[in-house]
Amino acid sequence: MHLLNRQQRHVVNYSWMIISLLLVALLPFFLFLGLYLKSFLLIHDYSIIDLIFSKEWRPSSGKFGFYPFIVGSIWVTVLAMLISAPICLLTAIYVTQYTQKRFLRIMHPAIDILAGIPSVVYGLWGILVIVPFISKYLGPWCGVKTMGYSIIAASFVLSIMIIPFILNILIEIFRAIPTELKEAALSLGATPWQTIKHVLMRKALPGIIAAFGFGLARAFGETMAVLMVVGNVVRLPKNVFDPGYTLPALIANNYGEMLSIPKYDSALMFAALLLLAVSLFFNLIMHFFIVRYNKY
Amino acid sequence: MKLSQKIEEKFFKVMMIFSTYFILLILALIIYTIFEKGIKAMSWEILTQVPQGGYYYGKGGGILNAILGSLSLAFGATILAFIIGLPVALYINVFLIRHKKLVNLIRFILDLIWGIPSIVYGAFGFTLMIFFGLQTSLLAGILTVTLFILPIMIRSMDEILRTVPIGLQEASYSLGSNKSETAFRIFTRQSFSGIITAVLLSFGRAIGDAASVLFTAGYTDNLPNSFLEPVATLPLSIFFQLSSPVPEVQDRAYASALVLTLIILLVSLFSRGIGKRYHKTKINF
Repeated sequence: MHLLNRQQRHVVNYSWMIISLLLVALLPFFLFLGLYLKSFLLIHDYSIIDLIFSKEWRPSSGKFGFYPFIVGSIWVTVLAMLISAPICLLTAIYVTQYTQKRFLRIMHPAIDILAGIPSVVYGLWGILVIVPFISKYLGPWCGVKTMGYSIIAASFVLSIMIIPFILNILIEIFRAIPTELKEAALSLGATPWQTIKHVLMRKALPGIIAAFGFGLARAFGETMAVLMVVGNVVRLPKNVFDPGYTLPALIANNYGEMLSIPKYDSALMFAALLLLAVSLFFNLIMHFFIVRYNKY
Repeated sequence: MKLSQKIEEKFFKVMMIFSTYFILLILALIIYTIFEKGIKAMSWEILTQVPQGGYYYGKGGGILNAILGSLSLAFGATILAFIIGLPVALYINVFLIRHKKLVNLIRFILDLIWGIPSIVYGAFGFTLMIFFGLQTSLLAGILTVTLFILPIMIRSMDEILRTVPIGLQEASYSLGSNKSETAFRIFTRQSFSGIITAVLLSFGRAIGDAASVLFTAGYTDNLPNSFLEPVATLPLSIFFQLSSPVPEVQDRAYASALVLTLIILLVSLFSRGIGKRYHKTKINF
């Protein structure tokens, strides 16, 4: 015997589905609202432009300038993308155009494992391998004295973390290109590389831009691994071997003391709000590139 | 072919091979480093004891509190996300199948929230916690991590559910089942292996993330025993122990990292195995 008859069970299941769907669909709105309300105290007293472009960060005397953190985040993210983007693009082309299907079967688990490694473990690896490498070899080689904990160390670690993410999208995109296009170009006498350069790359361009955009957004918000190797010094970095500070690291590092200084928690929530806005903005823009790509 | 063309051709081929093997090499290097450092520091004591007095100055004890804490947090969040996520994924694919635009909008929103960094969820979870007057606790941690893995869970299930052929759905209707019966009895069975994979993937994400639990789950040396008390997690135990100046404590961070990596590798291996095993229950068209 069932407790409810069929119609009643249908109603229960249906409402359960609708409630869950509403919860999920309204989540970004709630996130935004919650963080906005918490940072309202700060936004109310200072103008947003001032907060973003002022260089002084002294919470105890009420000075909240996010500029060093924003600059640090941008340095780390852009450098990581510069390292990661060509590697991912070349690998995606190689894996989809030059190798057998069997090779993809090795590559896919490798990408999955890279994607699955937690960011603290990446951070640990960065401390054990990348940081000594920079302080002992790369720094002296470039004629700079450095502790190793630096913008460049964070970019290295970050570039590896976003490889699986970008690579997965790129492989999908190159696989979706119809073979006829390639065959037509080859039959006209183009060499394999010419085919890739002039036909495949052009066809895939919106998709490639989108993949890089998603990667950029992901890198911008990455917290733990960056926090562990970036050095965490509130100062405008002069070169890539200087230590820096990023927005996510700022939030993660100060959660303990934020309730003891007035407006400090507001400031950290404002940092989270900035991250949320950047992430939503990038994903929104890139989504339109993907939509355009699918139309072709 | 001109010489310059030939050189270009060769150059890019070499670069491609180089970057592909570079990625594989880096992966091998990461795994090697974690295992090499971790195995040296590993001992039975670390796995089976909670921190004793003076633990953070190099005295005895282990990370059992973090292992059990992480497992209970990840289990709780995965179950909760499953309870909310499965109906959403089914609803999109069964009820909204005729409304392509609406489905695309929902998928778009899910992709948007997938992209939000976990630290933002952490901060949001913290504001929720303050709002409801909760302390840092297992419950707060579970709620935050649930929000974080929800889009991952739904989108992965969705990718599987959308491959269910329309014919199967029509056959189910023609035999007299209504939509929710078709969803919960036919779709879930047809995509069983995919759903398990989605759950395991979310579990892996839940157990590995530190930024979202930093504010909400707290940290304790005790074993988890109540939903309303703080709980230790593996990623945070790695993070805290690593920042200690005492070499013995740092060694334990390596051991913790090995434990966490092993759990995640096992989960990913398991989900591959499941995918193969439950292919039989699937109807092939």
